[in-house]
Amino acid sequence: MSKRIVHYINQFFAGIGGEDMADIAPEVRDGVVGPGLALKAALGEGYEIVATIICGDNYFGSNIEKGVVPELLKLIDACKPDGFIAGPAFNAGRYGVACGTIAKAVQDELHIPVVTGMYEENPGADMFRKDVHIIATKNSSADMRRSAPLMAKLLIKKLENQEVLGPDEEGYLPRGIRVNYFNERRGSERAVELLLKKIAGEPTYTDYPMPVIDRVAPAPALKDLKTARIALVTSGGIVPQGNPDHIESSSATKWGKYSIEGMDHADKKDFMTIHGGYDRAYITEDPDLCIPVDALRNLEKRGVIGKLMDYFIATTGTGTATNSAKRFGEEFVPMLKKDKVDAVLLVST
Amino acid sequence: MVKEIDRAGIPVVHICTVVPISLTIGANRIVPAIGIPYPLGDAHESEEKSYEIRERLVTRALRALTVPVEEQTVFESDDF
Repeated sequence: MSKRIVHYINQFFAGIGGEDMADIAPEVRDGVVGPGLALKAALGEGYEIVATIICGDNYFGSNIEKGVVPELLKLIDACKPDGFIAGPAFNAGRYGVACGTIAKAVQDELHIPVVTGMYEENPGADMFRKDVHIIATKNSSADMRRSAPLMAKLLIKKLENQEVLGPDEEGYLPRGIRVNYFNERRGSERAVELLLKKIAGEPTYTDYPMPVIDRVAPAPALKDLKTARIALVTSGGIVPQGNPDHIESSSATKWGKYSIEGMDHADKKDFMTIHGGYDRAYITEDPDLCIPVDALRNLEKRGVIGKLMDYFIATTGTGTATNSAKRFGEEFVPMLKKDKVDAVLLVST
Repeated sequence: MVKEIDRAGIPVVHICTVVPISLTIGANRIVPAIGIPYPLGDAHESEEKSYEIRERLVTRALRALTVPVEEQTVFESDDF
């Protein structure tokens, strides 16, 4: 007997309509619809798409809190599936989020193998790549012919309990999982080989890709320094004596806000450094080397700047994940805005 | 942190010792600092001299905030 597969698609791929029909409620149709045909061909004998669940992208999006997921799970469960495929969504954002959400729900609640597919830049990709297998598609449905066999093959492997290989072999988006294995050739040999490839300009492979770093446009220049409210931020690990917030010496998970109100310099009686990444002797002796309270106070007195804010913000930069640093910024920036800070000096050791 | 401040439209200058890191993460206004254990000043100089260095760099950083920039800019000297 064939294994039963249920396929999820949106109103567009069901041929019902585009944006104007995106509000339609879930419905179940027997057998394949639209892109299901290509999947059916790719799945081959022994696997049958018994039903197609269709749901409007807007209906899904606006009813996530109102129970669309349990509603769909009920419909899917009633088809007694052995496996589940959602999409592929290519670069359709709401569809991608719907595919990821429902695929994860089916995997978690119905405990059956699932596969979906989308373009790497689909917002659903980053939301769900850690949770479900997402076959990496190109950004348009013209890629169906290439991606359908990959989705089918991966689902079959999972249904038959065969070993699922890495993202490169199977074509899914990396899930951030590393698998240890023994290589027949020792590391030094492979390292030299890799180096030679790099020198020769040949394609190389890394199992530790560097994070993709986004760019931010520079903020407009400060118009008038003489009236500007200046805030001081540091990743140099300067904290009040005793480190009241227990900020870590390395790989910080938090930041602190500390008063410099009325101080004409940063005194070693008041401040210490807990940074684990440099020789602390000098800054321990004179914290102004990292938080220049003395210079800024003098410039304030001389009218060069309007005001030095009464606090500074500090964390430890060493070993701290860029994502954590981004979060710190997201957390304290609203406070800077509320306090009408005009510009920031950020000192890193 | 620098980028989140810039993103909010608040001009920010990154005073840092390891400029290549700052360039890699994407700071837009950068002022090179003196040394890792003493970014603003020089612990091997007299206190007066060290302060002088600090005030000069802080002043440069403040001036950098008043300069419109379109791309990543390293303010290497006071000459701008």
